[in-house]
Amino acid sequence: MKVITLKVNGHCFVKAVCPSMTLLEFLREELHLTGTKRGCDVGDCGCCTVLLDGKPILSCLLPVIEAEGCEVVTIEGISECRLHPVQEAMVEQGAIQCGFCTPAMVLNGVHLLGTHPRPTVDQVKECVSGTLCRCTGYTKIETAFLEAAKKMEHGDNP
Amino acid sequence: MSSYTVIGKPTPMVGSREKVTGKAKFTDDIRVANPLIVGLLRSPLASAKISRLDLSAALALEGVRAGVTGKDFDSTIGVLPISRDEPPLARDCVRYVGEPVAAIAAESSSLCRQALELIRVEYDPIEPCLDSRKALKETSHPIHPELKKPSNLHKSVTQQFGNLEKGFASAQAVVEGSFDFAPLTHAFTEPFATQVEIDTDSNLTVYSATQVPHYLHLALSGALQLPLHKIRVVKPYLGGGFGGKSDPLPHEIVAARLALISGRNVRLLLDREETFFTSHGRHPTQIGMRLGLHSKKGITALSGEMLIDGGAYASYGVVTSYYNGVLLQGPYPIPNLSFHCDRVYTNKLTCGAMRGHGGVNPRFASEVLLDMACEKLQLDPCETRLRLIHKAETLTVNQFRITSCGLKEGLATAMERSRWKEKVKKLPFGRGIGVACGFFISGSALPIHWNKIPQSTVRLTIDFDGAVTVYSGASDIGQGSDTVLAQMVAEVLGISLSHIKVISADTRLCPVDLGSYSSRVTFMAGNAARNAAIRMRKGLVAAACGILEIKPPRYRNPKPAESFFRQGGRKPDFDSAYLGPNPDYSDGFLFQDAKISALSGKAKGKQLDYFEVVKTAVEDHGTLQTQGIYLSPKLGGTFKGAGAGLSPSYSFTAFITEVTVNPQTGFIKVDKVTCAHDCGQPLNPMAVEGQIEGSIHMGLGQALMEGLDYVNGAVQNASFLEYKIPSAFEQPEIEMIYDLSRDNEGPFGAKEAGEGVLAPIIPSVANAIYDAVGIRLCSVPMTPDKVLAALNAKRGNHT
Repeated sequence: MKVITLKVNGHCFVKAVCPSMTLLEFLREELHLTGTKRGCDVGDCGCCTVLLDGKPILSCLLPVIEAEGCEVVTIEGISECRLHPVQEAMVEQGAIQCGFCTPAMVLNGVHLLGTHPRPTVDQVKECVSGTLCRCTGYTKIETAFLEAAKKMEHGDNP
Repeated sequence: MSSYTVIGKPTPMVGSREKVTGKAKFTDDIRVANPLIVGLLRSPLASAKISRLDLSAALALEGVRAGVTGKDFDSTIGVLPISRDEPPLARDCVRYVGEPVAAIAAESSSLCRQALELIRVEYDPIEPCLDSRKALKETSHPIHPELKKPSNLHKSVTQQFGNLEKGFASAQAVVEGSFDFAPLTHAFTEPFATQVEIDTDSNLTVYSATQVPHYLHLALSGALQLPLHKIRVVKPYLGGGFGGKSDPLPHEIVAARLALISGRNVRLLLDREETFFTSHGRHPTQIGMRLGLHSKKGITALSGEMLIDGGAYASYGVVTSYYNGVLLQGPYPIPNLSFHCDRVYTNKLTCGAMRGHGGVNPRFASEVLLDMACEKLQLDPCETRLRLIHKAETLTVNQFRITSCGLKEGLATAMERSRWKEKVKKLPFGRGIGVACGFFISGSALPIHWNKIPQSTVRLTIDFDGAVTVYSGASDIGQGSDTVLAQMVAEVLGISLSHIKVISADTRLCPVDLGSYSSRVTFMAGNAARNAAIRMRKGLVAAACGILEIKPPRYRNPKPAESFFRQGGRKPDFDSAYLGPNPDYSDGFLFQDAKISALSGKAKGKQLDYFEVVKTAVEDHGTLQTQGIYLSPKLGGTFKGAGAGLSPSYSFTAFITEVTVNPQTGFIKVDKVTCAHDCGQPLNPMAVEGQIEGSIHMGLGQALMEGLDYVNGAVQNASFLEYKIPSAFEQPEIEMIYDLSRDNEGPFGAKEAGEGVLAPIIPSVANAIYDAVGIRLCSVPMTPDKVLAALNAKRGNHT
């Protein structure tokens, strides 16, 4: 066992963990933050995406001990009181069907618009293609990200 | 066209906010108290006798609480009562790589893994049968000796209508071809998961990622020999199904058994590779087909020979076998038609239902052949199809009722929007445009279990606060079924969606619905929900009349709009399900914006608050409760297999697709698709669009890249890295046309939108490739290597 310290959604955690535990397992099984999904365990599907120090990463591939001292944001940390514009746009545009990839898509979108406030269509596609979605064909997710960018440009900030 | 206030409006799906915030609980997100972790040991061989199976070392490990093998189960399972041939765990022999042979329940996942490694299994390998042609031949060791058949043939179906010989003789062009199709998996993102809670009296609550809670309920009861009332099946949020979660599956039975043996709650999550092994995907298929076309008479004859490779077990295979032929009956009349379909067992993954079930591959063959025939006769493929399409209110030769059909208008609009005439045969080499059409059932008219119970029952309650709770057994699998049910109830009662809560897919709380498969939910559960809402409205009208001190209305039975070819069934009454698109409730009231207004009589113009009326009604009766049902009318002929493909209504689809083919690399890019889909009244246009876009994604996956690769019976690409599905970059520009008809029996005139769209996009790509570079690809997926081989062959022919 190894003791680690990390911040998740603004809260500091000190926990003894098995060194082989992934960040995904830590979030789901230790903290019961089940919004981060387990789709393949090997970094193919992207459903386990979280933000690590602000950047999207695949939590199923990262041993939690590697996140020592880092700040993790999961889907549960995106909207406290109200929906983030990316979330709002995804609801309004019908970008959600089964919803299993949705938390990862939201985090992809939040990161994209944080770094590229006016993304091009190709940048949006690039961002979306990191996570598999089998329901939507991606069309409405892309529209939602572009709509969210417009909203945020007009001052609707999270 | 309509005066609806909720129906037909783009509506974000019920549950979207839960999903977008990560609060939605999928099966593995539920935390049952202190569960044992279940793991399965799987066969490394495609075919073998199990000569020894010893769990003693595994069970001796501290922290291991239970273990089971095939011997712990007395019966076999299978979704169709006529072909239950799959043991929950292999007994005596294994039939595919990945088949579960034993299961362990332990205190932790690491202990469970350790225990699985301690299981001693010895196999005597048997020569596997991996080839579907060889499977037809006699063998000394059939895969299912218990069937006492000389070969590995599982099911053989034949139907013939009209006179083929005369039909082909009267054609001006007869074309034929051989086609083959790779095996596919559904590739939904949520892996299979099941959790079981057990109480002190051994009552089970089974949470499972399933499209068919009712069938799972029945299967658990049968396999565990427990009465139904001791089992409650709950489907939590579900991460995609597409047919892959529409069978009761071995791991679900095994998890429940382990809960019973250990007396403990259990948790089971299959990994991605196991999920590939467990899904019953699209059958690998070989088709030989012949089609005769006459420029005036239309398709004069069609005959097809299909061979479908079912893998190790039956699943939906009997239905798939029929669907391969009967789903050729639309969207054009074919007076002389015959097909023969053989389904064989092989030592590969079991195949079953996948979006467009059974109709997808023959659709490719027939639409490519129709294109070839048009070319022979120098006919425009779109104009020809326009002339051929079924008229509304006709009967096909195998006695399918075509109630509504808006495809003609749809295809004509698609031609305009895509500028078909300016493009076909006129685009530069390497660019092409192609067309294909299809049709699909809106729910199977016959239930899988032969009984007279309504195919869907929906119950509504309204308590003193006026909020409506909808109880339905239908499974929302992401397609939006909870949303359409809520919309329909909101429409009838004139209240907003925020006042409606849907409780669905819980066998303890909800009345029976057969599940989410065969595109049945909108039509069948939808009609039941509307039926229940109309009955609720009657009660509220009575209360309103009491307040207004007027006589309650005398309901007149509407002329059933379906008077055309009803064949038996119950007589429709006012609140029957057969009100179709008719918005007239015959009660003299308007229910809108939570107000109930009298439109005629003494009280004309008076308006009551919906909540006040509810309060009065509740004071009189207590909680208000109604129930609505749907039972398909009696349909179809009396010949063998007449029930296959019968549906109360059919959807229709046309695709015009534009592609760019790179003759150097063979790479195909789909640039634009124009899709016309006749789903009757689009109840929720946002969801209809989502279904069309998703079907295009999945159809293009099959068209261009998807396929399971087998070596010696073992799937080589059971991961998302190696089983490629289209990414955002492959999704083409899409134009959609979908408001094309009103079905007289569909709820508010609606039909299906989730499956029919998929099939015709694949041949539309093939026909566009022909327009682009002059090659006919007959092997799906149409990968660059096949394009290059065909181009080389064509060049060879020219030199």
